[in-house]
Amino acid sequence: MLKFEEISPSEFFYRNKEIAGFENPTKACYTIVRELVENSLDACEICGILPDIKVVINETGEGDGINKIIKIKVKDNGIGIPKENVPYAFGKVLYGSKFTLRQHRGIFGLGGKMAILYGQITTNNPVKIITSTIGSKLLHFFVMQIDILKNEPNILRYEEFENKEGWHGLIIEFTFLGNYYNSRKKILEYLFQTSILLPYMNLVFMDNYGMLVFKRKSSLLPKIPEETLLHPKGIDLEMLKRLISINKKETLKCFLVKNFQRIGNKIAEDIIKQLNLNPDFPVRKLKDEDIIKLYNIFKNYNFKKPSSKSLSPVGENLIIGIKEIFKPEFIAFNTRKPSSYEGHPFIVETAIAYGGNIPIPSDNEINLFRFANKIPLIYDSYNDVSMKVIKDINWNLYKIDIYKEPIAFFVHICSTKIPYKTLGKEYIANVPELYKEIELSLRKNARKLSAYLNKKRLYEYQKKRYSYLKEYLEKIFDFACKLSEAKIKIKKEILEGIVSNE
Amino acid sequence: MNKEEILEKFKELGKKILEDITNNNYPSITLPQRTVRNIIYDKNSRVVRLGEKKITRKASSLRQAKVFAQLLWVAYFSKENLIKKGKSCSLRDLYYNSFNDIKIKFDEQDESDKIVVEIETILGYPREYFHIIPEEKSSIFGDLTIEYTMPETHKGQRVNLQTDPDGKNIGLSIATAKFIECNAKMVIAIEKGAIFRRFVEEQVYKRLNAILIDTGGQAPRFTRMLIRRLNKELNLPVFILTDADPWGMHIARVIISGSALSAHINDLATPEAKWLGIWASDIKKYNLPSIPLNQLDLHRLETMKRDPRYEEDFWSEQINWFLKLKCKAELEAFSKYGLTAIIDKYLIKKLSELKN
Repeated sequence: MLKFEEISPSEFFYRNKEIAGFENPTKACYTIVRELVENSLDACEICGILPDIKVVINETGEGDGINKIIKIKVKDNGIGIPKENVPYAFGKVLYGSKFTLRQHRGIFGLGGKMAILYGQITTNNPVKIITSTIGSKLLHFFVMQIDILKNEPNILRYEEFENKEGWHGLIIEFTFLGNYYNSRKKILEYLFQTSILLPYMNLVFMDNYGMLVFKRKSSLLPKIPEETLLHPKGIDLEMLKRLISINKKETLKCFLVKNFQRIGNKIAEDIIKQLNLNPDFPVRKLKDEDIIKLYNIFKNYNFKKPSSKSLSPVGENLIIGIKEIFKPEFIAFNTRKPSSYEGHPFIVETAIAYGGNIPIPSDNEINLFRFANKIPLIYDSYNDVSMKVIKDINWNLYKIDIYKEPIAFFVHICSTKIPYKTLGKEYIANVPELYKEIELSLRKNARKLSAYLNKKRLYEYQKKRYSYLKEYLEKIFDFACKLSEAKIKIKKEILEGIVSNE
Repeated sequence: MNKEEILEKFKELGKKILEDITNNNYPSITLPQRTVRNIIYDKNSRVVRLGEKKITRKASSLRQAKVFAQLLWVAYFSKENLIKKGKSCSLRDLYYNSFNDIKIKFDEQDESDKIVVEIETILGYPREYFHIIPEEKSSIFGDLTIEYTMPETHKGQRVNLQTDPDGKNIGLSIATAKFIECNAKMVIAIEKGAIFRRFVEEQVYKRLNAILIDTGGQAPRFTRMLIRRLNKELNLPVFILTDADPWGMHIARVIISGSALSAHINDLATPEAKWLGIWASDIKKYNLPSIPLNQLDLHRLETMKRDPRYEEDFWSEQINWFLKLKCKAELEAFSKYGLTAIIDKYLIKKLSELKN
């Protein structure tokens, strides 16, 4: 018989660090910046605060050749973390304890904890945290480590200060071994693309080479996503089992109604009937085969589509961001109505921009900027569903040559579950429902762009026609004079008048 | 043909354009349509001409403005550089002349050729009248004295067309010359140079008192113009001698009724002219060596069957003869009976038959 060794989640993640994007010092460096920035953004947006973020990266001289010890410090003006939660938020890797849905960048802050864990493993230094919640009179200062084997926080130092300025937010600082030199380009690209989608963000980035500032251009904060219950179609079997295990005291009917959206008394009774059980049947008595049966009923039952209240599209912000960066002569943008796949709600928003600073793509490339839950997806765009949609559309219909004109596409997908194709979360799978929404959204924009370009071409044609016609009318006039032997001098205005007659 | 008349026509054209421009309109010209549907065969006058349909060329689009300017340039060029100076040029010359003005320059000769036809249609005169001349060869021989009216260098000079045994080449100068004295009683137009030559050598001009014309295949317009003038101005009957095949038959018919290609030009046809032969029915009658009709010949006959010019009994009978015999014969076929047989055994007999 095989013997399984029990390991703590911290150790599990350490042993499988490539899953979370820490497979090499370059990738780790990028992932750490990204996770921390995303946690900060979430901490602001969740409460409707316009984000003000500062990232400082300091490459020290120490390290093993190419890889250096890097000190990172990220400061935000988010909601902060209550003092008592700090040790667990940063010092213990937890499996998700919430069974509700809301659009997040990361999942349960796991990425942030992985970053700290990685830093601790590679440099053996503790993490420093300063935080204060909204309205709190105190600033809390922690120096702590994670006990990897026990999966417990180990607080080395704690202090309290007076919060004189009423500040709220979080400052986190730690060191890690990474290759900043190689990852810098990717980090800057990430921040640049983030600023396109989030013009309401203020971000200051500093490293040994200088300072980069993304100034806030919009105060239009996206709608705060609401927490909603799970949709029965969107749950997997494992999650269903765990949900049942923490609701053992409930009756079956109560369990269904309380834990899922789109299940009311009537539907609950209907489902229970299909299970051949009573509404009062206690959840704890459910057998494995009952659970599998329930799971199958969920998959096949005709529920209402999942609620989109948990989603937070950026809306007009995308237009503001594109204008700021590319200064295009034309933008078409639209946000689709909510849709869903396999019980997961999603919203697609796309924009097509033309002209300005948008480059004409180099050989057979397409200027495509992809975002998922407000995160830019930078690599592997070739395999992405959005790329497939763009390549499948017959652009001749719109008289647009996407390879030869200064056109850029922007696709933002928000969902409670983004169907990434790989663990690296760099590209999105070709889910038919998603494909269709992206296509409809892009086509709508394409029609607008096409109309704009037609107008522009017509104008240019008219302009050309005007001068051309005038030239030839002058010739015609000249020859006609010579033929008729008349010596008339014609006023320029007449020739111009003829040309502009229509 | 009157030089002043042409210049006047050009003047009118110029005035019309100036009027359009000063009235704040796009310049436009209205002219008869040259489409197949507007080419009409007038059974009474036996002439092909254009119908009543008109089209308007307007310099309102980019393409049209250029073509319009080119058209006026051709008119201007022919007026100033040709007619006024008493000079002429070929279609090819005209095309190269356009290279002097980058805005006017024709991309292909085809384009300038089309514009020349357009001007012919506007004026109703062949391009020869505005001194743009073809390069086809045709000749005339006979006792006719003419006086040149152009070019300036030859104006007033007289010449008898019997002086050159090779025949005089029919060009602008002969076509526009005055007829001073004519002792001939008829005109015989022949499709082929070789037979024309034999007729000269055998003194057919003397024996029949005839003016001989070599049409060099399908008669050029100068030649058709001259044949018409000989018929109208000197009252000479005209006879046409061709091979016995659909093509020869059509050469005769074009001299009589005109062609679709020049339907826009008046005064080219000679409706009184007569096709002397060789008729399809003659092949059998004279037992001539014949050649079977090929696909192209048969196809041509089918097209001719639908052509209103061939509706007259005699002509449609000839087509049917061809289709029945399925063969053709050349003028030279008479050489089977000796070199002069075509004159002694055929021409003279045929003429007397036709006169009766």
